[in-house]
Amino acid sequence: MTSPSALAIEATGLVKDFGTTRAVDGVDLAVRSGSVYGVLGPNGAGKTTTIKMLATLLPPDGGEARVLGHDIVTEGDAVRSAMSLTGQLASVDEDLTGRENLVLLGRLLGLGRAQAKERAVELLEAFGLGEAAGRLVKNYSGGMRRRLDIAASIVVTPQVMFLDEPTTGLDPRSRNQVWDIIRALAAEGTTILLCTQYLDEADQLAEGIAVIDSGKVIAEGTPAQLKASVGSGALHLRLLDPDQRPEAERLMSAQLGVAHQEADPAALTAPCADADRAAEVLADLARSGIKIANFSLGQPSLDEVFLALTGHPAEEEPTDESTEEDRAA
Amino acid sequence: MSTAPATRARTAPGTDEVAVRKALSSTPRPTQASAVSAALTFGWRGMLKVKHVPEQLLDVTITPVMFVLMFTYLFGGAIAGSTGDYLDYILPGVLAMSVLFTTVYSGIAVNIDLTKGVVDRFRSLPIWRPAPLVGALLGDSVRYLVAGTVIIVLGMILGYRPDAGVGGVIAALALVVLFAFGLSWIFTTMGLLMRSPNAVMNAGFMSIFPLTFLSNVFVDPDTVPSALEAFVDVNPVSILVTATRGLMEGNVDGSDIAIVLGTAAALTAIFAPLTVRLYRYRG
Repeated sequence: MTSPSALAIEATGLVKDFGTTRAVDGVDLAVRSGSVYGVLGPNGAGKTTTIKMLATLLPPDGGEARVLGHDIVTEGDAVRSAMSLTGQLASVDEDLTGRENLVLLGRLLGLGRAQAKERAVELLEAFGLGEAAGRLVKNYSGGMRRRLDIAASIVVTPQVMFLDEPTTGLDPRSRNQVWDIIRALAAEGTTILLCTQYLDEADQLAEGIAVIDSGKVIAEGTPAQLKASVGSGALHLRLLDPDQRPEAERLMSAQLGVAHQEADPAALTAPCADADRAAEVLADLARSGIKIANFSLGQPSLDEVFLALTGHPAEEEPTDESTEEDRAA
Repeated sequence: MSTAPATRARTAPGTDEVAVRKALSSTPRPTQASAVSAALTFGWRGMLKVKHVPEQLLDVTITPVMFVLMFTYLFGGAIAGSTGDYLDYILPGVLAMSVLFTTVYSGIAVNIDLTKGVVDRFRSLPIWRPAPLVGALLGDSVRYLVAGTVIIVLGMILGYRPDAGVGGVIAALALVVLFAFGLSWIFTTMGLLMRSPNAVMNAGFMSIFPLTFLSNVFVDPDTVPSALEAFVDVNPVSILVTATRGLMEGNVDGSDIAIVLGTAAALTAIFAPLTVRLYRYRG
């Protein structure tokens, strides 16, 4: 279906160890040229480490990968010439102004002095940072910093862009702004590898998603396929009487196949694709005299995806990636 | 209702999707920046930081001033008979010492940089690999120059008159800055190996103190115990100071200059590749 040349990013069996911890454990990826591809997983799953290997910032301990056909180990220069990286920590210089950051990168990428200045102004205006251009980045809000960060990644239009959790920690308005920018980038044909903790984000932006857990890809597909495998929604219940939970759980799993107790002693949740089935669960509970404080039928959260795919919740690993790297350092 | 308002509503205020798309399509990829251009751009980055926080030049100006005043007026009379004679003796030495002290800050700066996300961006750029470090040290060389100039101007105010005139002073300053450039690679290596800026500062000053004090900066080595004298004589800082004095007094020995430049080149040859290697994957 897709010839190798149509793949912008292809990785096979990527491995990275930090000391005795295997952070990335045989990751395979195939990202079609011009698409947005989501890598979904909790903190410590190995997303950042994978991106860093693909962006030539970390040498892999095993496996191989090509970005636009260039080997990430032996053809690092060619890879760097074609891609840009927006890291998890804002990859801009906080001690400089927004304009200086973009001029700096323009110069480093080979633009002339005047061109670099012109380009900086153009990008700052396009990203709504025109007024803040002369302010030090350390005084920017989180959303402004992220926008500058992405602007910095397209000073020279990259063919492949790595975005590591671009909206983590942003308020909804800033998040929407970043999403709009990513959509615009995608519409112009840039291949984007997007790491995220949010199913919603991958769903909104990506045409393909790999779910990653403990350094391994545990599921892959389009957002629709993935959600179908999980159930497109989840039924959340809260009972009036926590003592009735075991009975409610039994009734719920009889209808929906499975039910999970939540941390709240009165709450239950189960994947549930269609509203009619949910109504039946509610009817069954009413017939058994189990009173419900409230219920909701919603999109599956990342937690539920994880639950469905791995059988364990998406808990944060004991160490996140940065401390793993510190330890290796 | 047309669809335009709906589209507009989805686009959050602040960014202009049309402008973003236009910005994306309007750039042909330029040819890669040359090594020199990339390094100079990083040097410019260093200058910008000084521009935004000029106070950071205080450490390179106040410390040298303190050294000159303290040593001249506290010890000058006792060591050389008069403060004027002692000033003539120590000024070239203190010039070297002050500049060498500021090299430790280059290591601290690299260590601080490493904790910031911007390093990942620099590493992901298609540029000459050593550029961020060479550029930072070029920027720091300007600080070294400031430190050196402060000493010379203060010396002149206090009555120091170099026999070799302006040319000799400039040559001496250039020699000291070149040596400092070589030496600072040791501290950038430390900066990349150590875990905190404080650790770099402590280790840095613990090595620079003996190196500068156990030299001929303050006293004639003939007066120290012979075992110590043996060290003082081969200490590259002593040779640097001797060459600096020679340049400023107009009686320099060419072999001293050769040793100083050779040492700087050797330090660069050993520690620069090490630093660049560490910088690539560290953090």
